Amino acid sequence: MSRELRVTSFEKHSATQGVMWCSGLLIRAVTVVSVVLLGACASLKPSADFPTTEAQVAASEPGAPVLDIQSWQTAEGAKVLFVPSDALPMLDIRLVMDAGSARDDGVEGLASLTSALLGEGADNLNVDDIARGFEDRGAAFSSSSYRDMGIISLRTLSDPEFRDPVLALFGQVIGTPSFPQEALERIRTQMLQGLRMQQQVPGPQVEKAFMATLYKGHPYGGASGGALESLPPIQRSQLQQFYQTYYAAGNAVIAMVGAVDRQQAEAIASQISQALPAGPGAAKLDRARPLEQRQREHITFPSAQTSILLGNQSTWRGNPDHVALYVGNMVLGGGGFASILTDEVRQKRGYVYGIGSGFSAMASGGPFKVSFKTASENADQALSLTLSLIDQFVQQGPTDTQLEEAKTSILGSFALGTADNSDIIGQLGAIGFYDLPLDYLQQFSQQVREVTAEDIRLAFQRTLDAGNLAIVSIGPQAPEIVPVADLPAEGGEDSGAVTVANEASRGEE
Amino acid sequence: MKKWMLGSLLALWAGVAGAALPTHSFTLDNGLKVLVREDHRAPVVTVMVWFKAGSIDEAPYETGLAHVLEHMMFKGTERLGPGDFSKLVARYGGLSNAFTSYDYTGYYQQYEVSRLPLALELEADRLANLKIEDEEFHRELQVVLEERRMRTDDSPTALAWEKFQAIARPGTGYAHPVIGWRSLLAQLQPEQARSWFQRFYVPGNATLVIAGDVTREQVEPLVERFFAELPAGHTPPRPRQTINPPAGERRLDLALPVKVPTLFMMYNVPSLVTAEDKRDFYALTMLAGVLDGGMSARIETDLVRGQKLVAGAGASYSGIQRGNGTFTIQAAPNPGVTLDQVEAGLREQIEKLQTTLPSEAEMARVRAGVLASQVYEKDSVMGQAMELGTLSTLGLDLDLSERFAEELSKVTAEDVQRVAQEWLVPERLAVGHVQPEQGEEK
Repeated sequence: MSRELRVTSFEKHSATQGVMWCSGLLIRAVTVVSVVLLGACASLKPSADFPTTEAQVAASEPGAPVLDIQSWQTAEGAKVLFVPSDALPMLDIRLVMDAGSARDDGVEGLASLTSALLGEGADNLNVDDIARGFEDRGAAFSSSSYRDMGIISLRTLSDPEFRDPVLALFGQVIGTPSFPQEALERIRTQMLQGLRMQQQVPGPQVEKAFMATLYKGHPYGGASGGALESLPPIQRSQLQQFYQTYYAAGNAVIAMVGAVDRQQAEAIASQISQALPAGPGAAKLDRARPLEQRQREHITFPSAQTSILLGNQSTWRGNPDHVALYVGNMVLGGGGFASILTDEVRQKRGYVYGIGSGFSAMASGGPFKVSFKTASENADQALSLTLSLIDQFVQQGPTDTQLEEAKTSILGSFALGTADNSDIIGQLGAIGFYDLPLDYLQQFSQQVREVTAEDIRLAFQRTLDAGNLAIVSIGPQAPEIVPVADLPAEGGEDSGAVTVANEASRGEE
Repeated sequence: MKKWMLGSLLALWAGVAGAALPTHSFTLDNGLKVLVREDHRAPVVTVMVWFKAGSIDEAPYETGLAHVLEHMMFKGTERLGPGDFSKLVARYGGLSNAFTSYDYTGYYQQYEVSRLPLALELEADRLANLKIEDEEFHRELQVVLEERRMRTDDSPTALAWEKFQAIARPGTGYAHPVIGWRSLLAQLQPEQARSWFQRFYVPGNATLVIAGDVTREQVEPLVERFFAELPAGHTPPRPRQTINPPAGERRLDLALPVKVPTLFMMYNVPSLVTAEDKRDFYALTMLAGVLDGGMSARIETDLVRGQKLVAGAGASYSGIQRGNGTFTIQAAPNPGVTLDQVEAGLREQIEKLQTTLPSEAEMARVRAGVLASQVYEKDSVMGQAMELGTLSTLGLDLDLSERFAEELSKVTAEDVQRVAQEWLVPERLAVGHVQPEQGEEK
């Protein structure tokens, strides 16, 4: 119920709850993918006589209900995506604006600060009125900001007795924000303290350096949460201007999931859209360009581990190679325990607790990124091994077995994505924001079924060159590339497959 | 706060609770407890197995063992090689992981529902046939040491928290970290893991939870087929926990490479398990809500926005624990504010709870938040399985969540004041100050 601190490294959770330690990689949120599985799914050859249930499971066609996504545009130009669901008496609303830090225009932290001040004051309402107005009725309001997106979320009970006053308040809060000077000073101070806390730990520093290295000269390269020197000069008038421009109805996607009918949903969308400033969608930004030769950055830091990020600008929304890269990456490093990187670097050698790779398709480009942390004495070996594994995969692509298993895994995981409203709302926001077709997920699954090992190999060769990947690290000393002692044989062994289901919502994290 | 609002919330909640999802409970002859929650919204299923074996069950020389064993549960059986478990789950589109806490260890798999037989067979197999090989054990121990470096050793706040816990919960199994003290963790041996497994991983010490698009009729034969043959073994004794006498006021001052100071405060209070008067649990829950139940609660209103002492602060009551509960406060000051000033501000808040009754509006707001969140929590099948597993493992009533709102509605402002006076007292308090090292910038 209580708001998390803005200071991200505060680790509040570990202090207030019984600490939990997981044996896996980060538990990935699974979001919605809807498909009807027609035709035969790739038939798996059960390995041996154990597990005895494998043949039965391999033969059963996984269910995957199709979401009834309804979409329309409001008079003011906002795009609406709606999925009715009356299983629970609740309603989720998410506004996704093209208002992320990509729109900072050189003022690092402007988008983030604007977002943080929503809910701090509106016409005739102070922050206490707003907080009580939502919380007295059991509603939850929040705002957040990423590179592409500014997001405003509301969760309320759907019974009109609660919903109506909550929506009226919501309209005021998002439509008439007052950006009080007092709140600006207070939240700026909180963000500055948060940035100082980030300097205590390696993770945030190396992430920032990675984006700055890959996106030098591009809006994605800026520090999306602001910097110690960029936040202090920001003026209230800049926030007001940013809000008027980027929180305009024409720049908004309104996603809704819950226990309202179409007519009610239309009225709600219309009310929200009218409350926002009038204005068009933001102009598209130039797509970032890949690095053409290796860049190396190292931050010296007295940590026990060395954290290493490898990557390059390598994709974008609308990339025709998207599915091939997605499926291939599941084999390489996106499939958790079933992927080559986890198998070789963690399972076989124990160098890391977690390692993973991914393509994040954002609006104006997106990185391929591999990340891991390892004891500093193993950093040279872990880095060199990982680079060799990537290079080997780019050269060879997946084996037929790896591909078949990856496909079965992806198609089998779709149902998990339709399980709850929280997942559905995230998917709708992404489909709306990135202008994907409403049946995107069905199209995606069809393309997954059709992609070949050769498609993947060629797509990886067009996209990645292991020799160009930036190496950004933090730790006692910069890791060196050394000969790899025991690289797996060419052709590799079968490494099982993957899990997905959060396809459309990937991109922004 | 208007009275009508709570009234209609209660009415709404009664509707939701009335339509509570079916939950079935049965026990196999070997002692395995099975819970089935039917939720037919989507064709998915979550399978979890919970063991009454957490880090509080570890002897002082074997800290971290419960968690290391959890890792070894993925490293192979008589029939599956290391890593095959995870690969099979992934191949059929599932997700799996596990968690170790102070009180328990739990394992889960999530799938599209037609994968249920595989999920159950895999769980039963590692219970019956787990193989802990020396070489695999030592390799996995390296992974766990990396996990410790990542989560604790490279984070000064996490290191400080670990040291603080040692004085905040003295003489209990909660005083050592779940992941284990570094030097002891590094010396764990495979035979310790084998003996831990034999001692705790028996059917009578476990709960199997199956939640999702399933019925009892459908799952019971499958559960019988895979789990009934497990030998009952000997269910290990676990002592009954009671409320501890006050340990006396404790204080820890640490200088660490932090840029922003941090304050920790922790009171030793009853949990739902150890409370002699169960109403104390509900009153402490209300108290925590009044102090930090949201943006309109006292910490945000008075300390963050009013006095501007802190950049961030949080208070919470952890009352669902096997041993005693904790009432925890953490705060990071604004620049120019000392930890002493923050501590004084927080102690003033505690004193206010002891001397002045919370308003009816505050109490109503906390209840509204709890009632609404009970509706929202039903959105997650995994969340429902987690709740059932926790309650069963701690020996609490499974209908706790259905009764929760009703019990909270009985708590009066006087009850909140009474528990503040009785439990939030200096002799039950530990305070930790974490300051930048000498020469560090403030």
